[in-house]
Amino acid sequence: MADLSINFAGIKSPNPFWLASAPPTNSAAQVHRAFEAGWGGAVWKTIGAPVLNVSNRYGAWHYGSQRMLAINNVELISDRPLEVNLKEIRDVKRHWPDRALIVSAMVESKPEAWRDIVMRIEDTGADGIELNYGCPHGMSERGMGSAVGQVPSYCQMITSWVTEVAKIPVIVKLTPNVASVVPPARAALAAGANGLSLINTINSIIGVDLDTFELIPNIGGKGGHGGYAGPAVKPIALNLLSSLGVDEEVKRYGVPISGMGGITTWRDAAEFLLLGATSLQVCTAVMHYGFRIIEDLVDGLNAWMDAKGFKTIAEVVGKSLHRISDFNDFDLSFRAVARINPDKCIKCNLCYVACNDSAHQCIDLVDAQGQVVPPYRYDAHANGKHEAVSTRPQPVVREEDCVGCRLCHNVCPVEGCIEMVEVPSGRASVTWRELMQTRPEVTEDWAAMERYRKEVGIEIH
Amino acid sequence: MQQVIKPEEVLKEYHPPLTDHEALVEAHRCLYCYDAPCTHACPTHIDIPKFIKKIASGNLVGSARTILEANLMGATCARVCPVEELCEGACVLNAEGKPIMIGRLQRYATDYVYGRGMDVFSPGPPTGKRVAVIGAGPAGLTCAGELAKLGHSVTVFEKRELPGGLSTYGIIALREPVEVALAEVEMVRRLGVEIRTQMELGRNLSWEEVRAGFDAVFLSVGLGTVPALEIPGEEHVLDGLEFIEASKMNPHSLKVGREVVVVGAGNTAMDCATIAKRLGAERVTVVYRRTEREMTAYDFEYRFVKNEGVEFRFLAQPVEVLSENGQVVGLKCVRMSLGAPDASGRPAPEPVPGSEFVIPCDQVVKAIGQEKPWVAQMLGLETEKGFIKVNQDYETSLPGVYAGGDCIRARGSASTVMAVQDGKLAAFAIHRRFAQSLGAAADD
Repeated sequence: MADLSINFAGIKSPNPFWLASAPPTNSAAQVHRAFEAGWGGAVWKTIGAPVLNVSNRYGAWHYGSQRMLAINNVELISDRPLEVNLKEIRDVKRHWPDRALIVSAMVESKPEAWRDIVMRIEDTGADGIELNYGCPHGMSERGMGSAVGQVPSYCQMITSWVTEVAKIPVIVKLTPNVASVVPPARAALAAGANGLSLINTINSIIGVDLDTFELIPNIGGKGGHGGYAGPAVKPIALNLLSSLGVDEEVKRYGVPISGMGGITTWRDAAEFLLLGATSLQVCTAVMHYGFRIIEDLVDGLNAWMDAKGFKTIAEVVGKSLHRISDFNDFDLSFRAVARINPDKCIKCNLCYVACNDSAHQCIDLVDAQGQVVPPYRYDAHANGKHEAVSTRPQPVVREEDCVGCRLCHNVCPVEGCIEMVEVPSGRASVTWRELMQTRPEVTEDWAAMERYRKEVGIEIH
Repeated sequence: MQQVIKPEEVLKEYHPPLTDHEALVEAHRCLYCYDAPCTHACPTHIDIPKFIKKIASGNLVGSARTILEANLMGATCARVCPVEELCEGACVLNAEGKPIMIGRLQRYATDYVYGRGMDVFSPGPPTGKRVAVIGAGPAGLTCAGELAKLGHSVTVFEKRELPGGLSTYGIIALREPVEVALAEVEMVRRLGVEIRTQMELGRNLSWEEVRAGFDAVFLSVGLGTVPALEIPGEEHVLDGLEFIEASKMNPHSLKVGREVVVVGAGNTAMDCATIAKRLGAERVTVVYRRTEREMTAYDFEYRFVKNEGVEFRFLAQPVEVLSENGQVVGLKCVRMSLGAPDASGRPAPEPVPGSEFVIPCDQVVKAIGQEKPWVAQMLGLETEKGFIKVNQDYETSLPGVYAGGDCIRARGSASTVMAVQDGKLAAFAIHRRFAQSLGAAADD
């Protein structure tokens, strides 16, 4: 059994899984039950300025038979009285000394308001403070949340108000509703933040009701942008997380990052760890299935770490970051081609139509005699399963024409049927950056490019 | 106390309709194969992935239209098709043993439009051409409907009281309620087709009248009654098709024995056995002269009746119906053994001398096939193995006279869906014939 415990800027928890600041952490009753279920920590639903909520609050995006591939919300920060929240936080921490209890806060952008809330949070015995610079709705219209997170100078100023007085670790939660999360991250770190967390929700409109033409969710005939979260945002979160992990200035501070955005299973969790997260926050998956999902998050992560020989979370954190690169540094001579395993192929022809209509027309349908045949070649009198199955051609990749786009691999419904196989390109390894340095004319002029292609043997059909 | 059997309960449609959620989940499970094998396997070549994805997208009218464009009897076929042998049998997900429930999804989509009284087609602009269709079964109704969509004027002559052919009279209600068949009839009527019932060729409808009044004729007369067993006591044997018809038209008056023997091992025999069992027979025995391996019933029909508690006596051939005071008391059979293959390619059963035995019973039902169409002789048409002979365009040896459905099925097994394809392709052939005289305007 691997050791899943973490130490996040001094905040300790028995496993890296924290409930994100959100509806599941709205009250002591909920957090008690979450800790009983095994959650390593919880970030209390944001407390701070007084608010009034509306209904309906949550919209959801369903895809195929999958419910709630994403959720969006216009719920505000905690609408329970501040004193009640603070009392309950104190109570939870006293009962669960080994768990991480972090309090998310958001108040008006005034130094005295921030100092006051910090003091009151520290009085509860909480382990840390998370500054909510992320919410893209409701609070941002009042100059809070993402209105702060989107402007690095505000971010730095307010963070410094907090770090000047805080005695417990301060985590700054970043909004993804920016061109790059790096500037606000650098600003928070410059102001003394002890950790970063990301991503908060993404601005979104979930949809329109086709019967009433109302927005979803409908709020008394109106609707508007809300915060988008859930499995569908995971790739965006991974990209933003890794952008911090490879930024030299961010790296220099050496602070831990709490990753979140669509984490649903231990597999997602492991990917966030590999791209640099130390702790992992979860919301939508809990909102969908309840606190019980912590069991497999822990169990599955443990099993994977054992199988891969990792003894501690620290050994996993950032292990794939060195592979983060960009187009300039990819090897232009690396060549992979698709290969279809006929023993696994069920002949659905999804690869064929994808390649033929959207890629590079390099998959053929081949009949039992080895002849390339067109689709739909049977006549109107042919029928029956034996006829249909026995005459069905096999899709085969013409490897010499395959550009290795990987579309067929992605659409294939059978695990391990279409594999991308590395084949020698016969060309020396070279990157675009190297070409720009050594053969700049090739990168600027089509005629030079043609000559280069001929010289090294690149043929584009 | 004996339980009162209510036919409307025990014979009601066996499969419940899919719920909206079931249909949606199943539709999403379909992979949307390209040049899909299910479509190839379907005799009418319904674009199955297309209609299924329309269910998934919530376009149910479009889904039903996709089905009915290829198969006007789509609601019947959704229920009676041997899907294991056709679309579902060819589904690529058989690789995992779980093909898509295509038949039930097809029923879901077609029920949607029929349940709401929606029409997905309208009659074509009139061409002035007139076609007579003889027989209002699936082939005839399909041919008539397709021709009406193309603007031709169609009159269907049906000898029975109700149109629909075997869909109405010959398929047990467990598989297809009468209302489904009649809803399809009404849909064809709304396309402008005139259906004249109780009109029988050679009885109150003359061939001369038909030839004189119409530009083309489509014969979809089906087959005849169940042939005689040609054994002593024959007069006590019930016709299996009439047995099924009674179970649909007047189930309360259908008298079912306590111990019933069904002779034959095709799908009609299985259906007769099911009816007998469900309507209260204590023991139902299917008697067949060959073995399980040669029986012509579909696997799923055989599994179904075994599950119903029907017993089988293979390698047995009836030789006499025994009766006392006009009441059947037993069926005397002789044991058979399988010899060399006969003309059908199956091993020929031969009686084992001295092996006679009696199966005690009080009712004998025969379901050993149907007589060949007599219309062929009446009109002097060329035949093939007794069936009406047609060319690739479904035209008989008489120019302008076409035929389709069970009456031409010299090869392959008779089924509703094959009849629908015949009717559709014959309609297109008739249309092409007219197009030559109508000029380019009507050319498709």
